[in-house]
Amino acid sequence: MIRVEGIHKSFGKVHAVRGVSFDAPDGKITGLLGPNGAGKSTTLRVLYTVLKPDEGRALIDGADVVTQSLDARRRIGALPHGAGLYPHLTARENVAYYARLCGIEPSAIDERVEDIIRLLEIGDFADRRTKGFSQGQRTKVALARSLVHDPQNIILDEPSNGLDVMATRSLRDLILKLKDAGRCVLFSSHVMQEVAALCDDICIIANGRVAIDDSADGIRERTGCDDLEDAFVEAIRMVEPA
Amino acid sequence: MRTLLTVFRKEVLDNVRDRRTLASALIMGPLFGPLLFAFVINLSIERSLDDAERVIELPVIGQEYAPNLLRYLESRNIDVVEGPADRDAALDAVSTGTHDVVVVIPPEFGEQFTEAVPARVEVIADQSNSQAGRQARRVRGALHAYSSELASIRLSARGISPLVLRPLNIDDVDVSTPSGRSAILLGMMSYFFIFALLMGGMYLAIDTTAGERERGSLEPLLALPVTRNQLLFGKIAATCVFMALSLCLSLGSFFVALKFMPLDELGMTPNFGPLTVAAAFLVLSPFILLGAAVMTLVASFTKSYREAQTWLSVVLLAPTLPILIVSILTLRPRLEFMFVPSLSQHLLLIDMVKNEPLDPLHVAISAGSTLLLGALLTWVCARLYRREGLLG
Repeated sequence: MIRVEGIHKSFGKVHAVRGVSFDAPDGKITGLLGPNGAGKSTTLRVLYTVLKPDEGRALIDGADVVTQSLDARRRIGALPHGAGLYPHLTARENVAYYARLCGIEPSAIDERVEDIIRLLEIGDFADRRTKGFSQGQRTKVALARSLVHDPQNIILDEPSNGLDVMATRSLRDLILKLKDAGRCVLFSSHVMQEVAALCDDICIIANGRVAIDDSADGIRERTGCDDLEDAFVEAIRMVEPA
Repeated sequence: MRTLLTVFRKEVLDNVRDRRTLASALIMGPLFGPLLFAFVINLSIERSLDDAERVIELPVIGQEYAPNLLRYLESRNIDVVEGPADRDAALDAVSTGTHDVVVVIPPEFGEQFTEAVPARVEVIADQSNSQAGRQARRVRGALHAYSSELASIRLSARGISPLVLRPLNIDDVDVSTPSGRSAILLGMMSYFFIFALLMGGMYLAIDTTAGERERGSLEPLLALPVTRNQLLFGKIAATCVFMALSLCLSLGSFFVALKFMPLDELGMTPNFGPLTVAAAFLVLSPFILLGAAVMTLVASFTKSYREAQTWLSVVLLAPTLPILIVSILTLRPRLEFMFVPSLSQHLLLIDMVKNEPLDPLHVAISAGSTLLLGALLTWVCARLYRREGLLG
């Protein structure tokens, strides 16, 4: 599970994240929802340890992302926004490279890579070099790569960006499979419908702050809007500077 | 260590698969230099050889006034041909490039000649044209020789020994050896080796930071449970291997190219046998770590692949600076120079080509200081690889 406690992060004069806190429990899908530039990516980057928070802390299964970052990373499978592959390696080699880096026993690597290829249904193009892959193929391979060490916590930054209907659907199926396996899935999106269809908990972020953190029904109730989109707009207004 | 090896193996595989990059790294760098070098040397040798004995055609105006002079010119491999109509036409022909050199003999030549006052002969040439300049020098040389020959004859006719015209008898004694002379020409080759070495690892060095970032593969890589040092050292190790490979290839290609250069015709026999090639590799090898670290370091400050390429082409030229300064100031090798990377390798290499024994202290200082600087910069790279700004 992922616990975020009062994270602040500034880039120069820009105060991108201003005290974000939330929990993402195991066996549930948590959605980080917000308009562009709300601080979603920055928050997730702190969680997968490429950024250090200025204030506050974040724990991955109890491991602090700053002081125990190697431990924390062992428990995370991260798909950053626009994650790229190595174009001269095949999809399988891309995945196997990450498997080796994650310290999987050399004898077990082939099997593990085969498993993940089957899980993500990328067998058809697994042995082709990734140069020229479609966005959907690329995202799947990148996802396979970040899941190869079987992490308990999965962090996806706008994973459905640029995907067509079929690819989005298979991504959704995969996320549900991960949830059923008891994993903690945290993903960000700026698309209300997508989050509403999938998430158990929704954390709406705007202007670097948490506007509301509740289930879809809870959000409807608290904002007094039946329509989720209206609720989203209403929630954002609550934290907008006057 | 296993992680480091994994990174290393992947980088090598990735780079080998990228054919165009590999071609430019391993063919351009090592082959381009020696081939260009061989071409230039061959050309200059051919020129200097055939210039002296080649028959040149010389248009002369007023041929009827100096038949003896013309006969003398013929004996010096200068073919006298019909010139332009008059002096003005000659000036025109030379400035437009129709003729390189035209000689004008004025009508009063014969008169002045018999009166033994200096007889005027005009040599018209465009001094800004190097080809014409060479021809003009030959013509002038022949005229001077004719002039002094006549002077001797006139003195003898007046009962004076022509030797009074030569108060000094200057004799050059050259102590240079054939391999020493070759160092003048081969001095620049050390830079070709360093250039090829750097070229070999350039793309990998860019890929370590700017390349990975531009492709979007840096962030997921950094989110893996490996330390950044492991990633960086693995990448620098791969860069070093390609630099070493490129250096080997360039030494080898130079070795072959030298066989096709008629250097002995210029009185040069460079000491560049297989043993020297091996020793040259050892002397240059400390530069590999330094080169890999400098390139990775510079590339890490850039925002994109393209920007990195621009900056690294500047880095490719940087090692020439100390070599250039020392050769312009014509400084003798000193102990202090051994502390300067690229310069120390250059000086050691020249000693080898000259077939002079290497001072072990010099070799130790050169290798030690270059390696130390390389290690220091690798450490700086590692520090920079840890900062957040790396993600761009």
